[in-house]
Amino acid sequence: MCHTGAHKINNTIGQILLAERLGKTRIIAETGAGQHGVATATVCALRGIECIVYMGEVDIKRQAPNVARMKMLGAEVRPAKSGSRTLKDATNEAIRDWIDNPIDTHYIIGSVVGPHPYPDMVARFQAIISKEIRMQLKEQTGQEIPDHIIACVGGGSNAAGALYHFLNEDDVNFILVEAAGKGIDTDHSAATSVLGTHGVIHGSMTLLMQDEDGQIIEPYSISAGLDYPGIGPLHAHLIKTGRAEVHSATDAEALKAAFELTRTEGIIPALETAHAFAILNERKFENDDVVVINLSGRGDKDLATYISHLDRY
Amino acid sequence: MTNNKINRVFEDKNHKVLNIYFTAGYPNLNDTGTIIKKLASAKVDIIELGIPYSDPLADGLTIQESSQKALSNGISLSMVFDQVEEIKNDHKTAIVMMGYYNQFLQYGIDKLIKRIGDSGVDGLIIPDLPMDHYQTHYNSKFEEAGIAISFLITPETSDERIKEADRLTSGFLYVVAQSSITGGVKDVSDQQKKYFERIQNMSLKSPKLIGFGIHNKETFDNACQYAEGAIIGSAFIRNLKEHGTDRVNDFVDKIVNC
Repeated sequence: MCHTGAHKINNTIGQILLAERLGKTRIIAETGAGQHGVATATVCALRGIECIVYMGEVDIKRQAPNVARMKMLGAEVRPAKSGSRTLKDATNEAIRDWIDNPIDTHYIIGSVVGPHPYPDMVARFQAIISKEIRMQLKEQTGQEIPDHIIACVGGGSNAAGALYHFLNEDDVNFILVEAAGKGIDTDHSAATSVLGTHGVIHGSMTLLMQDEDGQIIEPYSISAGLDYPGIGPLHAHLIKTGRAEVHSATDAEALKAAFELTRTEGIIPALETAHAFAILNERKFENDDVVVINLSGRGDKDLATYISHLDRY
Repeated sequence: MTNNKINRVFEDKNHKVLNIYFTAGYPNLNDTGTIIKKLASAKVDIIELGIPYSDPLADGLTIQESSQKALSNGISLSMVFDQVEEIKNDHKTAIVMMGYYNQFLQYGIDKLIKRIGDSGVDGLIIPDLPMDHYQTHYNSKFEEAGIAISFLITPETSDERIKEADRLTSGFLYVVAQSSITGGVKDVSDQQKKYFERIQNMSLKSPKLIGFGIHNKETFDNACQYAEGAIIGSAFIRNLKEHGTDRVNDFVDKIVNC
């Protein structure tokens, strides 16, 4: 687990160096769960650069510890008040800020989404995850190549990083887990690969949740980091070509998995990450399969949600 | 070069072109046709019809709110075409549609081209459509159909890219006056003057309209020193918000006759 509690710091370190190289003096970012916001605020504190993080009003309420962290790190957290007041709207506001301030400002996007070159660049910065998987796997099993890699997907940055150095390894099976929210058949879901169709969002051509007029449909998930109406174009490609298998986990399944991981391994995962673990209750593996699950974030930020469900698990 | 109503607007070199933007389906669902007819009789040269979108990235609060209102009124692109087609014989003013790429993509490009022709719409502005993507996928189709497409440039656009936008533009070059979303009110600075003069001196083939931040006679006249005309959007939306469709004529009069 990386410093700041998720994989997000891999990307923000790379991008802050890029921003300095470009001579930028002001950083903006969007955040859903606050993990990317904290990672951005952290590198800005480290390098002494002004930092403004856009966050949906709803997410500010449900991810209070991360809001406090960002403020302590010296960042300004600006609420996004349009639309569903979650990740998509925070992204809209960040893009509008960038249009207003193109000269001094660098926009650190937190996932493998947005206009080119962001999906490519963020995937490369996160690729360190799969590089480490190969090294650690070699040490532990004698082989670099696992049978399966499992990761949760909202925009898909942790998944892109976990898959990156295996993209050309045909023997590795990719398992992506989306947030089903209250269920794929309800109006409260974020399972983009099932509910989405081909379109353009935030400068990417990919799968997205939209109506027949191309209006974006507001996604829903208990986890603030997975309720994005699109999916990184790399993942859309892997899913559409059949290279990756895709599953979804509901809010309840993710909560159950979070408590199971906590009680069996002593690790409190982020709600986002818990979706990846939920798949272990559903999908069967062979006894000798080598399965890698990307534990992308820890759950300190989600304690309030977990505590409110403590009596049920 | 296509020869539609937009191109004809620019034939009279001494006349300064006024382009007024408004959001279709706003303030009420069926105001679209009324507003078009009123703008046409007020002698507006080009009517820019905004197609409401859930996520209008280039737009400031005024246009965002009008889009939200129009969507909750129940507007859709298909309905806008119906509204425009219904009154197409009642006026002779050029109409350009402004929307986001995904709206047109979902509608279907072939269907879009057909309905543009049927309804008497003359051109398109799609701020998030990349130029190279347009060239590869749509340029020849649009040219064949005589649809005037207008690309945007900003103070940060490189000369090389400006030339590319000029080459692909068949309507007018949309000169974004300042680095901002719509409705911005940054000061008209020396820097902006230099930018306008740089564009003027590039001997581009396309007529130029300046937009973003143009909101009254003073800013309109100032912009017209550097271009064939200018575009007013958010200020007109605010007028519609306050007075409905009643004071369209007054608003236009204050810009062009004083």
